[in-house]
Amino acid sequence: MAEKITKKTIDQPVIKCESVYKIFGNNAKRVFRSAGGVIDQDVFQKAGCIVGVNNATFELFEGELLVVMGLSGSGKSTLLRCISRLTETTAGKIYVEGRDLVAMNNKELIELRRNKMGMVFQSFALLPHKTVIENIAFPLQIKGNSTNESINRAMEMVDLVGLGGRENYFPRQLSGGQQQRVGIARSLAVEPDIWFLDEPFSALDPLIRKEMQDEFLRLQGVLGKTILFVTHDFDEALRLADRIAIMKDGIIEQIDTPANIVLNPATEYVRKFTQDVPREKVLKIEAIMDCNAKSLKIGKLTISKDALIETVAEAVLSQAELVRVTNEKGDTVGVIDRLRIINVLFGDKKSSG
Amino acid sequence: MSEMRNYISNNKKLTQFVVLLVIFFSLCFLISPSDSNILWRFPPLIAGLPLLINDCVSYLMYEFMPIEIYDSEIEEYEERPLIKEVTRALSSTVLFCIQVIREILLGGVKTIVTFTSWDFVNENKWAYWPALPWTVVCSAAILLGYSLRGFGLATLAGLASMYISIFGQWEPAMETLSLVLIAAPASFVLGLFFGVLAYRNKSVESALAPLLNIAQTMPHFSYLVPAMVFFGVGDHAGAIATIIFATPPMIRLTILGLKKVSPEVTEAALMSGCNEFQLMFRVLIPTARRDILIGVNQVIMQCLAMAVIASFIGAKGLGFNLLLALNGLRVGQAIELGICIVLIAVVLDKLSLAWANKQVDYFADLNFMQRNKYKIFLFFLLFFWSIIAYIGTFLFEEGFNYFYLIPHNKGITTETFWQGGVDWIVDTFFFQLKAFNEFLIISVLLPMKHAYLSMPVIATFVLIMGIGYIIGGLKSAFIVGFFLIFIAFTEWWDRALITAYMATFGVIVSALIGITVGSICAQTNITSKSIILICDTFQTFPSFIYLIPVIMLFGVTDTSVLIAVIVYATIPATRYTVEGLRSVPDTLHDAGSMSGVNRLQRWLKIELPLAFPHMMLGVNQTVVFALFMVIIGAMIGTEDLGQYILKSLSDKHGIGNGLTLGFCVAFIGLAVDHLIRTWAEERKKALGL
Repeated sequence: MAEKITKKTIDQPVIKCESVYKIFGNNAKRVFRSAGGVIDQDVFQKAGCIVGVNNATFELFEGELLVVMGLSGSGKSTLLRCISRLTETTAGKIYVEGRDLVAMNNKELIELRRNKMGMVFQSFALLPHKTVIENIAFPLQIKGNSTNESINRAMEMVDLVGLGGRENYFPRQLSGGQQQRVGIARSLAVEPDIWFLDEPFSALDPLIRKEMQDEFLRLQGVLGKTILFVTHDFDEALRLADRIAIMKDGIIEQIDTPANIVLNPATEYVRKFTQDVPREKVLKIEAIMDCNAKSLKIGKLTISKDALIETVAEAVLSQAELVRVTNEKGDTVGVIDRLRIINVLFGDKKSSG
Repeated sequence: MSEMRNYISNNKKLTQFVVLLVIFFSLCFLISPSDSNILWRFPPLIAGLPLLINDCVSYLMYEFMPIEIYDSEIEEYEERPLIKEVTRALSSTVLFCIQVIREILLGGVKTIVTFTSWDFVNENKWAYWPALPWTVVCSAAILLGYSLRGFGLATLAGLASMYISIFGQWEPAMETLSLVLIAAPASFVLGLFFGVLAYRNKSVESALAPLLNIAQTMPHFSYLVPAMVFFGVGDHAGAIATIIFATPPMIRLTILGLKKVSPEVTEAALMSGCNEFQLMFRVLIPTARRDILIGVNQVIMQCLAMAVIASFIGAKGLGFNLLLALNGLRVGQAIELGICIVLIAVVLDKLSLAWANKQVDYFADLNFMQRNKYKIFLFFLLFFWSIIAYIGTFLFEEGFNYFYLIPHNKGITTETFWQGGVDWIVDTFFFQLKAFNEFLIISVLLPMKHAYLSMPVIATFVLIMGIGYIIGGLKSAFIVGFFLIFIAFTEWWDRALITAYMATFGVIVSALIGITVGSICAQTNITSKSIILICDTFQTFPSFIYLIPVIMLFGVTDTSVLIAVIVYATIPATRYTVEGLRSVPDTLHDAGSMSGVNRLQRWLKIELPLAFPHMMLGVNQTVVFALFMVIIGAMIGTEDLGQYILKSLSDKHGIGNGLTLGFCVAFIGLAVDHLIRTWAEERKKALGL
């Protein structure tokens, strides 16, 4: 019996959205009902309503990193706030670990947030009157943990995000990147299963942003949380995501792996985003290898099918012979030659230009 | 012809305005002034309102809900009205609090009497609460100033309190201070409470909004009348009026501060699992700390201003002495008192601002001594000065113990110096002053007053509502119409016109001076900073103070009031002008320079159009300030609404008149406020600011 339940929870998505709608405006519910499922931005606008999220349906599984990408006003932050229930949805169902989020009362919601969820904000949202360590310990103290326990735990978090020695600084004394580290530490202090990040690196300089992305990947490697990450930066999305959801005007245009989005854009809008993306940065060897060729001239070099083209391109190009491609077990699954790499690196641009 | 039509359609509002003026003037000429003509003056339809208010109040006070109260003196139960018992209980609580503070500062026996009896005190001579030696209070002020900002503020606080003591105003000053020390915390708590309530509940906010608007345009005197009726005469009534007067700005700034907290901070708190209580007290209020403390600063300044005026209903302190001095035309004494009030105002303002701007520091790594160094030092000083004061009793065996308390008017006095100075000025410039006075009254004020009074009421309505229509459409027209019709239906329309004429004159002159001075000073960094500093300082002075110098120079005339009005109302005009001009973005200045503008062109073509909406908000403030001052000017004898409010203070059934007159003044202010604000907002929107 016990085994059955654990198995069930593994198969079950951590977050599941079914036709989630969010309409802003004073009489949103009424306008939505009278529209009868047909969402026309202009009609709604005339009624004094703005469409935030339009029929969002997706599932997010344990340990998965879903990046929601869209330009400003596309409804990506609204979607995130619906799932954290910072705003109430107009219609639709949201399940968090199988529990109906929309039906929860205030007490249940507070319980859920205190134990299961953590969130990082674009403008850091640190409390100006508390020091770094107090900010990080804040969610723990709100939960009712003892001060000593909270501070000890917060101290671990300070070390985790690499702010050791600055725990008694005030937010005003820190740089943007450091402040966001505090924000990250605070959101992780209660060891949440679900981690929301709302444009966490958008307010930072490009160099710091890159550094923070690396830091984020490192943390995710250690922690393996279920993550919903919102950004307007397509490069960031490609860099971090297991899957990407691209939003426009409240609608999820496409939700897929980075490679698939680049190779098979579902709509014109998505294609515009992807057309300038360097293929070698998103495609894996698997996508371009030759599975059938049983040529004799296979060289000594062996590469993994999961490697990004960018990372192995130089090695392959230096080889005269074919290069062996293997899976994680070490079995040969295909070969690749220089021509295929060159095609990816330069071919597409020639044809499109 | 078509050109004409083009011009009209291009300048629609201007044309409308010209038409409006034509109608206005023809109405003025056509309607004959006679009391039977309804277009000349409306009948006083709501003349009964004050009586109604009086009846309601006396019903509430003397008949409403009688309850059984045990009277210990006659040892029997007695029937007494509920409200009266409530107000009585409230009065005695407030009075007790004031007394405690007062006796800590000045010494006394009343607190001990409250807990024992007069007999006990008479039998035991030791049962006397000694005052804090003035030296202790003075060093406390210095320490506070130093801990909040440093040497500068410490010096200011120290010099001011030493001045007050040495010049023999210590006792009244501490009396005033004790009133402020009770009223300010009470206003703070009330304001915070209602502010939080309004922030959390939209309907509370929309219910409070009109009340706050009226409260901020009601003249000071109007608060005194109900306080006197409900709570009698004395320090407690003064304190309660002060509390009511100082709470609205606190409510406003609390709401403003809470709303300014970034939504992400609220969201972060919610995601940490805060419940509503934790959200408010552990996140929102600490985050809005600075705005809320600016509110405290406002509360303190309002309290001080009101505490001075509350002397009209018998609140003791500097204001009371000032009132006596002014009534006796003892100018020297009045100036001394005025300086003391100004000093207290400036010190309290700077201290509370420094508190608001001081950021929390980390102190967990400090030991007990370091953390409490100021408190320990103060404790030491208390001990030290007490000993000195004790030694003083032997040193000054003959006279007064100057190390303990310098009694009232027993310090150094500069009264004769000031008196002499004023006498010299009046003697030397007698003819100039007199000529100026006469010129102003005969050639400017009287004709203007006459013009205002000979406006038929219907013409006034057409003009004001028409302007409302041009600015903000029908809605604005009706709003200002409502404000005016209330005044027109009372029996004080003529008085209101006189108030309006004095305020208009004051506003026009102030706005001209303010905009000119502001524009000149805004040209460079240093001058604009210094003029803002000057405005800040002058704004902290309680309005009452401005009357002192003008009475000296011009005696008890309309001129005095108007000059006080102009001085007082020029402050916001100047300030907003500088702020508006300085807020023009640098890039626009650069763009202007690259187009080769000269100074005048820069001012006319770039700065002025952009800053004008903000400057008009300054004019708006000017109107409110001018109205306040005109009303306070009643003290030196005008014949407008203020005079009637002042009269209702000495009338047993004055509350009806007092409140209705207060509403009249508030409505004049609100009508103007509505027009200017609507215009400025439209204009700002059009400019994309």
